[in-house]
Amino acid sequence: MERKLVDAKNTFCPGPLMELIGQMKLASVGDELEVLSTDKGSAADIPEWINKVGHELLDSFEEDGVLHLIVKKTK
Amino acid sequence: MRILIVGGGMGGTILANNLARRLRGELKSGKASITMLSATDQHMYQPGLLYVAVGKMSPDELYRDQAGLLESSIRFEVDPVTKFDLAGNNVTTESGKRHDYDVIVVATGSRPHAEGTPGLAEHALQFYTEADALNMYKSLQAFEGGRVVVAVGVPHKCPMAPLEITFMLIDYFKGRGIWDKVDMHYTYPIGRVHSLEPVANWAVPEFERVGVTYETLFNMKEVTADKVISEEGTETDYDLLVTIPSHKGMAVIEENELGAGGFIPTDRARLNIEGHDNAFVIGDTTNLPISKAGSTAHFEAEALAENIASTIKIGTPVRDYDGKVFCFIEAGEGRATYAMFNYQNPPDPKPPTKGMHWFKTVYNKMYWASARGLL
Repeated sequence: MERKLVDAKNTFCPGPLMELIGQMKLASVGDELEVLSTDKGSAADIPEWINKVGHELLDSFEEDGVLHLIVKKTK
Repeated sequence: MRILIVGGGMGGTILANNLARRLRGELKSGKASITMLSATDQHMYQPGLLYVAVGKMSPDELYRDQAGLLESSIRFEVDPVTKFDLAGNNVTTESGKRHDYDVIVVATGSRPHAEGTPGLAEHALQFYTEADALNMYKSLQAFEGGRVVVAVGVPHKCPMAPLEITFMLIDYFKGRGIWDKVDMHYTYPIGRVHSLEPVANWAVPEFERVGVTYETLFNMKEVTADKVISEEGTETDYDLLVTIPSHKGMAVIEENELGAGGFIPTDRARLNIEGHDNAFVIGDTTNLPISKAGSTAHFEAEALAENIASTIKIGTPVRDYDGKVFCFIEAGEGRATYAMFNYQNPPDPKPPTKGMHWFKTVYNKMYWASARGLL
């Protein structure tokens, strides 16, 4: 198990959720990914996708204007 | 100073020509050299494939001889790299030749990877190679109506492609007089119909106006002969499936363990390979969270050329790449718009116009001047 950083700060296209989806494909089951986003929409759209697909949102918090979402690949 | 450029696509070509002009004196005196290694002697204008797929361009319009696009001071060899030794500052090529360098730039690009989704390559039409684009056009010609689904993989080259191919297909079907027999359904991986929110906000009413249905949060898991099954647990039937497949970096990047998925970890401002001050990456080969698009490669190449040249001339780089991207968006009905943004400024696309479509049409011809570094 490893934690991979997905630094999507200050990017608009393809955007944090699309980056996470792409990185999730490269990860192994059990890996954790920490997404960094300055897109306020990430607070809603990343958890929505995680819940729909069935991965696990381990934690989310904001620090210095950057949203951190820690996600575990479950399948 | 031996500068080695690996890859002769848009990024590598603009970089090489820009450097050759900035270093004219150094190249003439022998203080610097530029060598480009490529897998092919042909240069393809990749955005043109979208037009080939709907019969609006002919494949022969997409190619030029690579050597003819380059400044004469650039040494060009068709001999792809097979081994990178970043610690030793050298590469080995397919022919077995070793090239030592002082500065290396990797610009090998990306490739479609439909094989990554079970069933997709067998059942879907795509347009990221000449053969696939032609096959798509021939399949469209034989299509007499039914349910057309557009499905999108992640990551993919050209973020505007999903919307563009949808609107261009609508035009194609209208042109043949069979649009009333087509039920078009658009799917997209995230929670809106495009990554860029203003573009998505424009596209939804366009879809509703022309009668395109759509489904968001739809990531392809598996494709059968008549349906696409999503990671999110839904499925959609199709008669004709058009895909923007997921992409990977080139195999040589993965084989040399330079980056997962063939995308190399890259500093977003200086464009160097993380941990290496004399090795750089531009274009689709980076792992940067920005659009994989020709304009990205173009603007990265300009920034990097300026920095490499200034490092040779005054011993230091002079600017950061600011994340600039410019994408045309074909909007159908002879209209187009564009999105321009960078790391700090979001896009603010304007309503599509016929004038912008004609500008894009002209740019399809002007590209060759751009590759030569004249635009």
